[in-house]
Amino acid sequence: MIEANVIPVFVNRGSFIELSGRERAQALFDKGTWRELVGPFDRVVSPWLPMQGVAPQFDDGCIVIKGKISGKPAVAISLEGAFQGGSIGEVSGAKMVAALDLATIDSRNGKPTAAILLLETGGVRLQEANLGLAAIAEVIASILELRQYAPVITVIAGTVGCFGGMALAAGVSSYVVMTREARLGLNGPEVIEQESGKDEFDASDRALIWSIHGGEQRVEMGLADDLVEDSLHGVGSAVQRFVRAGKPTQHRSEQVELYRRRIVALDASSQIDPLALREQWKSLNSKERTR
Amino acid sequence: MEESQLERENAMSEHIGLRGKAWFQALTGQNEARKEDPSSVLTADAIIGDERALFLCVIPNRDSRFPCVRDGQVGLEEGYTLAHRIREALNADKDKPKSQKRPVIAIIDVKSQAYGRREETAGLFLAAAASSDAYASARMAGHPVISFVVGQAFSGGFLTHGYQANRILALDDAGVTIHAMHKEAAARITRRSVEDLERLGQQIPPMSYNVQDYAKLGLLYQLLHVESLLEPSRSEVDEAKNAIIAAIVDVRKGPADLSVRRKSPAAQKSRKAGIAARALMEHQWKNV
Repeated sequence: MIEANVIPVFVNRGSFIELSGRERAQALFDKGTWRELVGPFDRVVSPWLPMQGVAPQFDDGCIVIKGKISGKPAVAISLEGAFQGGSIGEVSGAKMVAALDLATIDSRNGKPTAAILLLETGGVRLQEANLGLAAIAEVIASILELRQYAPVITVIAGTVGCFGGMALAAGVSSYVVMTREARLGLNGPEVIEQESGKDEFDASDRALIWSIHGGEQRVEMGLADDLVEDSLHGVGSAVQRFVRAGKPTQHRSEQVELYRRRIVALDASSQIDPLALREQWKSLNSKERTR
Repeated sequence: MEESQLERENAMSEHIGLRGKAWFQALTGQNEARKEDPSSVLTADAIIGDERALFLCVIPNRDSRFPCVRDGQVGLEEGYTLAHRIREALNADKDKPKSQKRPVIAIIDVKSQAYGRREETAGLFLAAAASSDAYASARMAGHPVISFVVGQAFSGGFLTHGYQANRILALDDAGVTIHAMHKEAAARITRRSVEDLERLGQQIPPMSYNVQDYAKLGLLYQLLHVESLLEPSRSEVDEAKNAIIAAIVDVRKGPADLSVRRKSPAAQKSRKAGIAARALMEHQWKNV
């Protein structure tokens, strides 16, 4: 058809970012193989939000879907960035931990079950403060259990990004997939500006933000594994590839000596130029045996 | 809040890190970093009970080459040094039976993670993850991992240093706080006054800055009373040692995971919703 040729490519490619948290998780599975667990009809809600005048959501912003990816057992856990910034509360955290632990049990029983974490989150939900922080500690613990048997694949598509305690969850994952629109870091720009001042980090400087936290930078530095385009195909095929690859022989967060040496070698006397550091680590990555 | 309590808290916040150092010294007899390590990370092998344990503590280093960790925050060097020292112990004990793997004891008084541009540029999240990984790997390998909170244990600082422990002990004092974010920032972000936040904390235990309310969540193994956080008496140090030894014994009897945090009697009450969500997930998982 003639019309098809004049429609720009991005219209047809099917954006992943434009999907809801639920649609993102669904899109990863082989057709007809999946089912959502503890879904909105089960109405398991946060008890703490209504006490503070905040409307809860029937899935607490955490969608868990179990099924098959490339014919292999898998569970996807997706945080809905549009609900309370994708933050982790008691219930959403417990859903994550339970799903990871059940995948571990299946894996130990001879049915390796990969986990895909779709992370759009600022970290702890402050209305549930200490139960959110405790949940994140448990999420990290459960990822570390599961990744001994099956890969844990974090996908950060955007546009919320992955910040706060959940950045540690990405850090201990087997693989991290990002788009150019995604960001990954412990502290977001606003938090740094608020805590350390505008001289330390100007949160309105978009170029600065993307040069530090952006997907392209993280992948090029070796702090994430795959940069994909914002499309169903881009994200989906990367996830399939890592599910098939299985767990890596060594995880990034185990490469302590390698990163410790790099920090020793850092010149901290002034702010670090992100591009220069990226080039430096990139050339080290090709020399040293990084994964 | 009572005026005197507020004053006391303010005085305490100036002591961040000093309490960690004081207790590290009391428990190990040492108070300096190893020569190869940054001055902010104290680690030492010392005897507790009748066995050798690895003790770790992060303290302020006014001269750190990273400006955003100088008040005792946990940054790049701190994360990777903790991970390095823990993995060293893991390797040294890797062929020993579980009953002989040395306990790993984190002494905690950390303000937060480092809020710095240098840190973000060089991937602070991975340094934090590497330390968290090392603590959890020690726990999973059978090392009893005990956290002893003697001051502040905030957000990313606590996730990096201590929150992967089998058991968490804390001193029962107004100067001890375990929380996701300090009061001023939490108030700003949730658009509340600090007074409102404190009032909410009295009604909603997970929001509270009081360590006794934290104990109600079921995450804590034990609260220990002391007269002075900064200058513990000899009997108080002995009491702390005995509590840590008892925690080590308890760990060796149970599973290496964190299930105790939801199975404790207090958690059965305060974490009902999460426990129910887990039960439902377990039920539905089998049917797919």
